[in-house]
Amino acid sequence: MKLELRGITKRFGALVANDHIDLTVEPGQIHCLLGENGAGKSTLMNVLYGLYQADEGEILLDGREQHFAGPGDAMAAGIGMVHQHFMLIPVFTVAENVMLGHEQTRAGGRLDLDAARSRVREIADRFGFHVDPDALVEDLPVGVQQRVEIIKALSRDARVLVFDEPTAVLTPQETDELMAIMRQLKESGAAIVFITHKLREVREVADRITVVRRGAVVGEASPTASDAELASLMVGRAVELTVQKDDAVPAGRGLEVRNLEVTDARGTVLVDDVSFEVRGGEILVVAGVQGNGQTELAEALAGLAEHVRGSVRLDGDELVGRNVRQVLDAGVGFVPEDRNEDGLVGTFSVADNLVLNRTDGPPFVRSGALQLRARDAFAREKVEEFDIRTQGIDTPVGRLSGGNQQKVVLARELSRELRLLVAAQPTRGVDVGSIEFIHKRIVETRDAGVPVVVVSTELDEAVALGDRILVMYRGRVVGIVPATTPRDQLGLMMAGIAPGTEGEAA
Amino acid sequence: MTATLAPTPEDVVQHRTVTVVSRKAPIALGVVTALFALLLLLAARAGDATFRLASEGDLVALPDVTVPGTATAWVCVALGAAGTAVAALLVARGRRVPLWLSLVLAVVLLFGFLAWAAAGSAGDIPVTRLVGGSVLLAVPIVFGALGGVVGERAGVVNIAIEGQLLAGAFCAAVAGTVTGSPWAGLLAAVVAGVLVSLVLGVFAITYRVNQVIVGVVLNVLVIGLTSFLYSQVLVPNAETLNATTRFSRIAIPLLADIPVVGPALFNQSVVVYLMYLAVPAIWFALARTRWGLRLRAVGEHPKAADTVGIKVGRTRYLALVVAGAIAGVGGAFYTVVSVSSFGKEMTAGAGFIALAAVIFGKWDPVRAALAALLFGFASNLEGALSIVGAPVPSQFMLMLPYVVTIFAVAGLVGRSRAPAASGQPYVKE
Amino acid sequence: MSEPTRAAAPAGAAPAPATDTGGTDGGAATPPGDRRWHEAFARIVSGGWAVSLGAVVLAILAGSVMIAFTDEAVQESAGYFFARPADTFAAIGQAVGGAYAALFRGAVWNYEADSFAAAVRPLTQSLTYATPLIAAGLGVAVAFRAGMFNIGGQGQLLVSAAAAGWVGFAFDLPVGLHLVVAVVVGILAGALWAGIAGLLKAATGAHEVIVTIMLNYIAFYLLSYLLATPGLLQAPGSANPKTPAMAETAVMPGLLGDRYNLHVGFLLVLGAVVLVWWLLNRSSLGFGFRALGENAHAARVAGIDVRRTTVLAMGVAGALVGLAGTTQVLGLITTGFGADIDAGVGFDAITVALLGGSSPVGVLLAGILFGAFKAGGSSMQALEGVPIEIVLVVQSLIVLFIAAPPLVRAVFRLPQPGGRARRRPGRGATGTPTSQEVAA
Repeated sequence: MKLELRGITKRFGALVANDHIDLTVEPGQIHCLLGENGAGKSTLMNVLYGLYQADEGEILLDGREQHFAGPGDAMAAGIGMVHQHFMLIPVFTVAENVMLGHEQTRAGGRLDLDAARSRVREIADRFGFHVDPDALVEDLPVGVQQRVEIIKALSRDARVLVFDEPTAVLTPQETDELMAIMRQLKESGAAIVFITHKLREVREVADRITVVRRGAVVGEASPTASDAELASLMVGRAVELTVQKDDAVPAGRGLEVRNLEVTDARGTVLVDDVSFEVRGGEILVVAGVQGNGQTELAEALAGLAEHVRGSVRLDGDELVGRNVRQVLDAGVGFVPEDRNEDGLVGTFSVADNLVLNRTDGPPFVRSGALQLRARDAFAREKVEEFDIRTQGIDTPVGRLSGGNQQKVVLARELSRELRLLVAAQPTRGVDVGSIEFIHKRIVETRDAGVPVVVVSTELDEAVALGDRILVMYRGRVVGIVPATTPRDQLGLMMAGIAPGTEGEAA
Repeated sequence: MTATLAPTPEDVVQHRTVTVVSRKAPIALGVVTALFALLLLLAARAGDATFRLASEGDLVALPDVTVPGTATAWVCVALGAAGTAVAALLVARGRRVPLWLSLVLAVVLLFGFLAWAAAGSAGDIPVTRLVGGSVLLAVPIVFGALGGVVGERAGVVNIAIEGQLLAGAFCAAVAGTVTGSPWAGLLAAVVAGVLVSLVLGVFAITYRVNQVIVGVVLNVLVIGLTSFLYSQVLVPNAETLNATTRFSRIAIPLLADIPVVGPALFNQSVVVYLMYLAVPAIWFALARTRWGLRLRAVGEHPKAADTVGIKVGRTRYLALVVAGAIAGVGGAFYTVVSVSSFGKEMTAGAGFIALAAVIFGKWDPVRAALAALLFGFASNLEGALSIVGAPVPSQFMLMLPYVVTIFAVAGLVGRSRAPAASGQPYVKE
Repeated sequence: MSEPTRAAAPAGAAPAPATDTGGTDGGAATPPGDRRWHEAFARIVSGGWAVSLGAVVLAILAGSVMIAFTDEAVQESAGYFFARPADTFAAIGQAVGGAYAALFRGAVWNYEADSFAAAVRPLTQSLTYATPLIAAGLGVAVAFRAGMFNIGGQGQLLVSAAAAGWVGFAFDLPVGLHLVVAVVVGILAGALWAGIAGLLKAATGAHEVIVTIMLNYIAFYLLSYLLATPGLLQAPGSANPKTPAMAETAVMPGLLGDRYNLHVGFLLVLGAVVLVWWLLNRSSLGFGFRALGENAHAARVAGIDVRRTTVLAMGVAGALVGLAGTTQVLGLITTGFGADIDAGVGFDAITVALLGGSSPVGVLLAGILFGAFKAGGSSMQALEGVPIEIVLVVQSLIVLFIAAPPLVRAVFRLPQPGGRARRRPGRGATGTPTSQEVAA
């Protein structure tokens, strides 16, 4: 089925998320939609899928104009979507998830689960998946959940398939398998839209590439274009992925982690026997595919994990067993992975957020009373110093852009006397300008002699920012290597293959 | 190289796991057992306790059971202590305490308590009436809890069960009196429950007002409305507006003749039989039908449901309508089964107990109904104990269901998982 | 960089449908689940005066309809409506007008009284009724701000009344000290009772809504037991479930002399309003409460002890409700009390807190309004025979309407507040959206 989008425009208030976008996807073709975070790719696809209504423009399938009032209409017309955040119900089984919305029933209105099961098996077999139709989705690993999403789309006979950032949660190997599946789908005649911001993936599978920036199509590119060409199209200027920094000069004892083990309430060992050390003046990047225990490791360092065993020593002082307050007081700065959830109180002002973790004593609290004057003076100073773009220090922090919100978090943490900085995904969802700024401040912190731990799922960031890289896989350390290690080797490590053992695995 | 690295199915376990168990069960069991032992020490009673198993008109009259009161109670304490020890041992070994163990111990301790309470009393404990009374007291709670379960599984927290019961009772009384038919009363109660649901829906689903707040305010509104109309309209016209015909009892042949439980369970009015049908029916509808699957999907992950073409708002409204209808039937019980006239605030908090039953029953219709029965039993116990002249002040017996609920919510239930999207309005872009 | 996981989706989703109030911009950047309390209150607060006024007008209109429909004269004249419609309208006017006139005379100013002292009496009576409502409303509001729903006002009030009352009649202490001790004991009792719910929530995660509801019943039966048992709270030589009268030394002195019921408790409550304002807006403890209420995750990461703060917030909430309990038994009803001493204050406090937007000043005003309703409602019942429950209806309708501003706006054709621009989250100072904000 041939998909055409003509002049799609979608506005959110004064903002134009999609500005007259044209896109044509032929059957049997993989069409890449390439663009930076927030370029408007997902908005476009949500318009296509009937989740948003376009303000202008039309959607055509095989030349016929379509009007989608909701996802149900889009699905009925043959459009399937593999969502970036899986649209699966965790407590339902695979079969229930697949049948949801177009259930077959037997006498008495009973759900025909057998039919759903055999449908799952049939599609899975066609692509060589192994998926148990009766498994609960929440028990499945992410890669398998994604396959359930694909099965869900295929079970509705989708002829146009949209993959929205499908590789964010996959290991390099799982990514390769996904690429194989996409090629197989293409050969069966499906039209495929592949949304991504990762250049390597684009060149690997794309038949055509459309680049989107700031809500508008900025150009088409051929799969043979170089990384630099694609990247400059995407960002609108030549991007520099490297971070300016001198060689590390490690000094002092810094952070020593020994046999750290973190379990969740259900008994899953999320951080499994992890040991490493970071000396003052050094950046250690904890790399790995999302969900392999890096987040929990960072939280454990910040005193946030509930069930911890092992030892975390900072300049010789044990941190395990201390509460969050005590860990903060020991000089640990923590930039949480999800700033909206864990780093900021969205309705509080910029000023209040800048002192959020300092309301236990002077200078911002004296005899139980907030010192508003001290707070405001501090806030004005930090807004200036960190170039936080805000209408004022009284503006609710929730109204700031992602980059400026992150600067608030960073300003708060870097303004304390630090003996350790832990930054989890410090540049996620942040615009390019802010990324450079944040990287610069992290390097400055290192150069001031503070040990720094950065968690990043982005290989580019890990290589650019780190002095050494620790790769985690399923809660364990695969290896700790210099940042100069070749990318393909790091990729293997992210799949759990320790350096020097590739031979055995092959 | 990559091709050979494809994960095989047995490769999919992501993290190692260790077993974690909750220490709540042994602690709760221990506390209850210790409290009971303390009671026995502080207020010792001599004499035998008699349990009367027969009731009038039984085909097979069972003899009374007489046990030495205090001795029996101590045996039960011993059993409770042993059970606690077993539970503690299980936990120490890293195993879960099975639910049945907690339940069996609860029954044992209850038996011990009754034996102690009835010790030396001239009266005997009428087991049949205890069971029958419990069922009757539980009826509105069961219906209310079922309504609550349906609403919450669809993602709408319904604090307004109390309001639905009360509105149902009021409308059943008026409609039943005016038409002279309890069936009309029942129907009116259903309509009333649905209306309250719809108001909740308008505010909670359409206007996305906090559901708990709407629920609380709706209760006040219904209490105010019914009380106002009662004083202003029903009291002056009691005979024409507030004197219903009640449903009569229907004995089910054979079943009603089962000793002990037969008359209690199977010589009841149609509303009670409706309850017997409603519990499995709701379970089936939620677990096995398209309607139920979609309803649960909307309660767990509305956006996912939306992306497969399910109308979230409509599904939630429909669920609320069904929930309101069920709760309305519970309300009708007050005025077309229990007594034949409406009284101010006559539901007396049963809706809140139903809410507790929903949580106690972990959002499962069958478990919630069982929890409601437990509350009915606890409320009924007070009456039974006053017959044997137990030395427990009646206020403490009346307090029992609420204490039990707190224990349950804090301890025995363990980590219960509410429907993930419960209480959250769905904001579609 | 990968797409931001949770941040981006709501940012793109931010342009809420036209039904949104537009006052909750900040909330749009975080998932709705943790925001819901805040949103509810932001909604109530952001409604603005026009909406509040509209809500009150709508609610009073609804009340009028009910009064008219249930009035016998109206029903009679409606019987021959088509013959003489004017009769019906006259009857409606008489019923509704009479009722609200009685309300006004009972709540604000008795214009039929022959002296100033008598005419102003209703106003003082309203303030007297407002006293426990404000205190308990503050208690609910503090819990709200810390992200908890304290439905346990009734129980906390009963327990504190029992404790304060017990000190009030059973002890023999010097003038001044007796009152202070009684008040402090009452406040502590309320704090402890609410603290149970806080403690259980902190230790086991038990939902405070369920626990506080259950504690209401337990408190009621506990008090009933104490009142029915000689030697405990029951008045000696009496078979009624009622306490003896408070000792003279423990009674709150009247503010305006013996002719009025307004007592020192009102001043205590005004002090509590100021104290709570300071606590919430100027103290580090209150900062912790608010941080916990707005975003518990961020509060925890910021080193705020969530469990301790939870217990403390419930404790403070209970203490404030406890103050309401002491004013009931030491100020209003000093001749001994029964198990109905809470007089619905515990539940009314919830509506007061909601109407007051959980801010101390808002609660003060809402408390006075509800106090006036209560005073006026009694006079309405006495003079016009309109059952006092009409007040419950009007009160709950006010809160419902205020909680749903779009409804009120639709009825009165009020404009949506704020421009479109206000609705956009994440707008930087420059006004130029960054690429993130376009993300969906």
